[in-house]
Amino acid sequence: MMMTTAGLQGELVRLVAPEPDRDAELLAKWSRDAEYLRLLDSDPARQWSVKKYKEWIEKDLDKERTDDFFFLIQALTDDADKKWRPIGFVGLGGIRWTHGDAWVGIGIGEREYWGKGCGTEAMRMILRFAFDELNLHRVSLTVFEYNVRAIRSYEKAGFKVEGKLRQLMRRDGRRWDLIFMGILKEDWRNDYDYTCT
Amino acid sequence: MEMNPSLFEGRLVRLTSVDPDKDAEIERKWTHDLEYLHMLTEQIAMPLSIFQIKKRYEKLEKEMEESGRQFYFAVRAKAAAGHESPDRLVGFVNLSWIEWSHGSGRLSLGIGSPQDRRRGYGTEALQLIMRYAFHELNLFRVEAAVPEYNRIALPFFAKSGFAEEVRQREALHRYGRRWDLVYMGLLSDEWEETRKTRDVNREA
Repeated sequence: MMMTTAGLQGELVRLVAPEPDRDAELLAKWSRDAEYLRLLDSDPARQWSVKKYKEWIEKDLDKERTDDFFFLIQALTDDADKKWRPIGFVGLGGIRWTHGDAWVGIGIGEREYWGKGCGTEAMRMILRFAFDELNLHRVSLTVFEYNVRAIRSYEKAGFKVEGKLRQLMRRDGRRWDLIFMGILKEDWRNDYDYTCT
Repeated sequence: MEMNPSLFEGRLVRLTSVDPDKDAEIERKWTHDLEYLHMLTEQIAMPLSIFQIKKRYEKLEKEMEESGRQFYFAVRAKAAAGHESPDRLVGFVNLSWIEWSHGSGRLSLGIGSPQDRRRGYGTEALQLIMRYAFHELNLFRVEAAVPEYNRIALPFFAKSGFAEEVRQREALHRYGRRWDLVYMGLLSDEWEETRKTRDVNREA
């Protein structure tokens, strides 16, 4: 029996490993967008050099893969010759193997791809990787109360709200909740068509 | 105006630095109590050597110095008045993952030896570290992550005003089944309220 295995490729996007030389520049470019940074991270928004991003990618690619996985998201372009274009990243981190739990993080740096379903599809793909390849039991994430678009996307991918750390963030002169979401393997709908031939 | 002169000292316990040469042997014994380790964290429970624990102390102090985002104290039971014996290590409290721009932090606390539990050490250490978090570090909130099976910690934090905020479903796999990981949180103004009530009760 032969089985077509689930590649990390969908209709809109695919996941690939980053190339330090090619992609460090991109990560640095995206981080110049303050809104992108403030949707992504609770650390103070700040700027790092391309060199620093390159070092981070190299370090990540170099180490023994035990508790985190980092992918670049590429989307098919609209023009006639349909090329793959990097638009963001998605990664699993802090994996607790004995408990089968991991944190997921995702960011779409290219603004023209916001709200087009690319992030949701990339999330579905990393969930397939988490549940079907790593055999995890659940995947967790946190999202800021003001990131309404992300919350909707996560719900579409199957995540449920599990609570919130009240008023944890302070930004733009007011406080916001940190929302926790999670998805269990049993709640996850595998929409990949495994074809046996 | 009244200033509190003894940030680190309560009636029963004191918050101090680690004393690697003396503490490591005591803490080594605690790591043989797998149930104690399970109550504290989701990490793999296993016995550690004195060497490993000393390394951990070194890493801890280095991390405290370099990141400025962690405050760890050894909890020591105070020697009875008139006694020559020194203070005795009974546990630890730790504030970590501090995000200064948001005023938030993560709290953990443990009393290592079963004989030292239910004697008020933990309760007093918690009062001290909350005062430290809210009146010295000026944090806005703290939270503690507690496994669902830890039947002591959940009411322990609730009694001090912590509210359940998050329940990560089935995040832990132990004793042959799945358990939730519960986050309990406390805001500084909630803490000020419980403190007032406590002071009134004490006067009454």
